[in-house]
Amino acid sequence: MLTQSNGVAAKVAQRPAEVIDRAGLGALISLLQSDGYRVIGPQVGDGAIVYETLASADDLPAGWLDEQSPGHYRLVRGPDAAVFAHTVGPQGWKRVLFPPRQTLWEGERDGSQFSIEPAEIEAPPTVLLGVRACELAAIAIQDRVFLEGAYVDAGYAARRAALFIIAVNCARSTSTCFCVSMQTGPKARTGYDLALTELCGGGRHDFVIEAGTERGAEVIERLERRAAGPEDLAAAAAAVERAASTQTRAMPPDAEGILKANLESTHWNEVASRCLNCTNCTLVCPTCFCSTVEDVTDLGGDHFSRERRWDSCFTLDHSYIHGGSVRREGASRYRQWLTHKLAHWHDQFGSSGCTGCGRCVAWCPVGIDITAEVAAIAAAAPAAPKDKR
Amino acid sequence: MSPPETVSAVQAVPGAVTQPASALDPMVPRAFRVEHVRREVKDVFSWQLRPLDGAAVQIAPGQFNMLYAPGVGEVAISVSGDCSDDSALVHTIRAVGTVTRAMAQLQAGAMVGVRGPFGSAWPIEAGYGKDVVFITGTVGLAPLRPLIYEVLKRREKYGKVIITYGSRGVDDILYERDLHTWRGRFDMDVNVTVHTAPTGYRGLVGSVAEAVNRSTFEGGNAIAFVCRSEALTLAAVRALQQRGMTTDCMYTTLERSMKCGIGFCGHCQFGPTFMCKEGPVYRFDTIERLFAIREL
Ligand SMILES: Cc1cc2nc3c(=O)[nH]c(=O)nc-3n(C[C@H](O)[C@H](O)[C@H](O)COP(=O)(O)OP(=O)(O)OC[C@H]3O[C@@H](n4cnc5c(N)ncnc54)[C@H](O)[C@@H]3O)c2cc1C
Ligand code: SF4
Ligand code: SF4
Ligand code: FES
Repeated sequence: MLTQSNGVAAKVAQRPAEVIDRAGLGALISLLQSDGYRVIGPQVGDGAIVYETLASADDLPAGWLDEQSPGHYRLVRGPDAAVFAHTVGPQGWKRVLFPPRQTLWEGERDGSQFSIEPAEIEAPPTVLLGVRACELAAIAIQDRVFLEGAYVDAGYAARRAALFIIAVNCARSTSTCFCVSMQTGPKARTGYDLALTELCGGGRHDFVIEAGTERGAEVIERLERRAAGPEDLAAAAAAVERAASTQTRAMPPDAEGILKANLESTHWNEVASRCLNCTNCTLVCPTCFCSTVEDVTDLGGDHFSRERRWDSCFTLDHSYIHGGSVRREGASRYRQWLTHKLAHWHDQFGSSGCTGCGRCVAWCPVGIDITAEVAAIAAAAPAAPKDKR
Repeated sequence: MSPPETVSAVQAVPGAVTQPASALDPMVPRAFRVEHVRREVKDVFSWQLRPLDGAAVQIAPGQFNMLYAPGVGEVAISVSGDCSDDSALVHTIRAVGTVTRAMAQLQAGAMVGVRGPFGSAWPIEAGYGKDVVFITGTVGLAPLRPLIYEVLKRREKYGKVIITYGSRGVDDILYERDLHTWRGRFDMDVNVTVHTAPTGYRGLVGSVAEAVNRSTFEGGNAIAFVCRSEALTLAAVRALQQRGMTTDCMYTTLERSMKCGIGFCGHCQFGPTFMCKEGPVYRFDTIERLFAIREL
């Protein structure tokens, strides 16, 4: 899917796993940089893990862990120098492929001439380093929105085709993670060029490295490495198993059916009484794709452009038509978020719109947890249908 | 998470046309010149638009374009002219807010942008062999006019053709010229009803439901096209049901916020559907349940 959709990375025949050490990770980054890629990866910034361009492996958040729970996120020191022991921070990779703000086109009027040209697309060769399984799933979901429908988003397509993806298998979950119940993680299964599993502690700091594509395999060929032994493979499997088995949160299995059967539940009012309509959940969500546009013109009025920026269904403007907003009540807007993400997404794109990354749970200022809301809706008695308006 | 084989959203209207806007970037408007401005009724005007590149335009009745007023903004507007003319577009616009008011200021010769065509179309052939009922009012006639033209072009393929047009007052009647012409034809019934009329007005006064009750069509073998506000749509559906029609023979067009027209901006969602793709024309039975839910 991921590898086929951009037409760049061909599927590779299974290549045995190998091992590189901490210096090897540094070499991998330098090697890709010297090939002309910018390498974006996790760093500590503003008290959180953020994805920024790395100068070298020294920028990675060595020894940092994240503590997350509903409405809570904090970085703490970990027991060792692991660079990928954190899980997901507030930012997703969405901002690389679908920038928060972009110019769509520019127009010029000169007498009787009128021309509109698409804005130049910047799509530098980019390595995404440290993409988690839930984030690979999120990229695959946005691919279906922007690449696999009747229309193709040219900017997204160009940036997507310029990616080299290095996944990292999670060795740890936080309390907000529920990828297991969404069947997206914690192990990366598809959609990457390379996948790493970090083995840190007990005097070692290594990475099991696997290729997902031919060009990933070619990069491995250029690294100092050794074949993975049975104990390396066992340690890697145990790390991922630990991440999976320590997950405490789970989405109810039939979230889609539960929500579709309860579009008029009284629970929407209950959750709306706690929701601040702050839009955080939609902005941190790696799959939300809503956007709005702004038209800009110069003082003379003969040069104009159109910009697109992220939007959220929690705003009144989102559903505004002449005469007022369609979703005036907070309950209606919360229902739109949850039913789109977990129910109607299936009709539109053939999968859930949720990957189980837990960002919306951690970054909700009042700690609303979507897994708990779905369970509560299932438990609440369905409301009697009301008459329209 | 495995990728879908097919996307199973609410089915697009059978027979609907959804063509790609252009081989180029669907977000980039094509330049058109306003060739002619026609004032219709208060605050409503029609544009005839010709593409600067001289290439053909394509659109089907029921579909819409995103019209762009340079520097101001873009709005979704249904096609309102004869769709068989591929050299020009006709759109009818009511000035209600920022963009449409700016459009009302533009004179013939002005340049605008057009993206489209987008959305589902009225199913022209679904009514073959049936009585055809159009229920509309005020500016709702605009999105239906291209369909009425098509029906009249192949008049022999239909049974009775009935237009029920409701209007607030006598000054509010759109396309009076067309209505007048249609009224003069022996092969169709045109009922114009006004809600409030000055003393001495000779036309029908009353509700559209009453007009539906009065018209003579065979409910069991009819197709209806409804284009009214959402509240009045429901009244029309009820009136048609009372005449023995089922909702799978009724089509309507709805309106939501639209920022892209191509399924990217998320604004037009209506339950599982994107109104810019599966709509704006829906077969009523496919949305009946959604339609009954407040603020969906
Ligand atoms: C499928 C469809 C078909 C339609 N067909 C017709 C038709 O045939 N005729 C007709 O008259 N109407 C039609 N409409 C309604 C028409 O689109 C609205 O009346 C129009 O969008 C109102 O825009 P406005 O800016 O004038 O109004 P406002 O009430 O000012 O704005 C409406 C929307 O436009 C946004 N907006 C306003 N200014 C800007 C700006 N500077 N930049 C970006 N966004 C801005 C607002 O945020 C708001 O979302 C149709 C609508 C739909 C969805
Ligand atoms: S809905 Fe929440 S948990 Fe699911 S993908 Fe979005 S942010 Fe992550
Ligand atoms: S409608 Fe809401 S939940 Fe759906 S993509 Fe847009 S912002 Fe996200
Ligand atoms: S108008 Fe943007 S998704 Fe439909």
